[in-house]
Amino acid sequence: MAHYEFDTPVDETAIRTLRVNDTVTLKGTLYGIRDATQIHMFDRGRRTRFDLAGHAVIHTAPNVKKVEPSSAHPAGYAPICVGTTTSARMERFTRPLMREYGVRMIIGKGGMLAGSLAAFAELGGVYLAIVGGAAALETTWIERIEDVDLDDLNPESLWRFRISGFGPLLVAMDSHGASLYTELQKAAAGRRAAVLASLGVK
Amino acid sequence: MDVDLKQVEEAAKELYIRALKMLPPDIKSGIAALARAETDATAKAILGTMIKNISVAEDQSNLLCQDTGIPIYNVSIGRDVSVDGYALKQAIRTGCERATREHPLRSSVVHPVTRANEHTSCGRGVPVINIDFSDLNQTLAIEMIPKGSGSENSSWLKMAIPAEGVDAIKTFVVDCVLESGGKSCPPTIVGVGVGGTADLCVHLAKLAATRPLGSRCADPEGAQLEQALSAAVNRLGVGPQGLGGDATAFAVHVETAATHITMNPVAVNMQCHSARRARATFTPGGMEYGY
Repeated sequence: MAHYEFDTPVDETAIRTLRVNDTVTLKGTLYGIRDATQIHMFDRGRRTRFDLAGHAVIHTAPNVKKVEPSSAHPAGYAPICVGTTTSARMERFTRPLMREYGVRMIIGKGGMLAGSLAAFAELGGVYLAIVGGAAALETTWIERIEDVDLDDLNPESLWRFRISGFGPLLVAMDSHGASLYTELQKAAAGRRAAVLASLGVK
Repeated sequence: MDVDLKQVEEAAKELYIRALKMLPPDIKSGIAALARAETDATAKAILGTMIKNISVAEDQSNLLCQDTGIPIYNVSIGRDVSVDGYALKQAIRTGCERATREHPLRSSVVHPVTRANEHTSCGRGVPVINIDFSDLNQTLAIEMIPKGSGSENSSWLKMAIPAEGVDAIKTFVVDCVLESGGKSCPPTIVGVGVGGTADLCVHLAKLAATRPLGSRCADPEGAQLEQALSAAVNRLGVGPQGLGGDATAFAVHVETAATHITMNPVAVNMQCHSARRARATFTPGGMEYGY
């Protein structure tokens, strides 16, 4: 269980050093992405002008305020509350995100499934778990909203955040086939029979 | 008592914002109690982050969670209260829209087919406004619940049959908690509806999920079920955020209603750890905010 500080973007070697239960804190650039963003990118043929190669994407749709563009708010948006949504809904987009755009890290809550785990192993990626519902704290790790693309989908636009001290995030799925979610679900399912027996279920 | 609808509109706006920023005291002490009792190191750290988040939100007057949810207003009209019901619903809707535009808040509400977002947190049939009556004299209460989607997506209905008995109810609840895993942002309040029609059963599950911690089901059979199920689901080891540990649920809450001789319905609706709610109470003495 080691801790790593990453300046984004990162290369495949850095990602392959990570193992489940390690922790990572990020600085640099972070992209915010969501259901509608990916439906439009992968089902409706839209492309983003952003270069996501080696980067982290976070499953989010933030609360923002429209402001006059300035050096503090170059995209004309001030962040109000930036949090994280449940990842599993976006399961089928992991592979195209990695293959077509070179994304290396997905930040979310609740975990992803077997297809993502296989993509992480094959293409060199990880899933970093953040504490869902802790958005007020998470917002303090965001320096500013630098840019935004596909903004007709607002709030499910593709956001580019400038971050520092973003973490610690828990490596919950790694590039070596390990997933804390799979392990824990198996363990919980293994307790099902005893729990039902304790309730007197026949 | 005559109700001032301008004041209702203002309260509907304020309640949405208050609910998003301040957790009720029963939920705050619930998280603290779970953190004290937790034996898993990762789980303890996660609960610690949740507690830190509550104080950051309070210090900075920020939203606890980015998910502004689907806005729900539960209106309880007491005796000897005079109000134009149609106008009351309009006032609540306007207050909800104003909260979204004026704070501003992320509008999380879209048309179910076109997915178009009006950026008002409103749409067809939303905000959800439930109206009921109470025996409290000259009292109108409005409870506001921003229901987050992580937990709302963890909702199920099973039309079990009488031959399956109460075992079907218990098994269903345990399986829903397993199925939900980390997706509902545990530790959760597991809301369970037992009986009624299909729609009433699901509504009961929602009422159960949004009840204050420490409250008991008024039906002794329901109260017994919630006690047994609360202990049981916390032996599954799902843990905070589905990453393992003791704290899977604050509690299982049950609400019951009579059902048909041929039916045995059970519904589950989850509430996440950010179990937000706020309340405004109107009496002849004025209006007061609470939880």
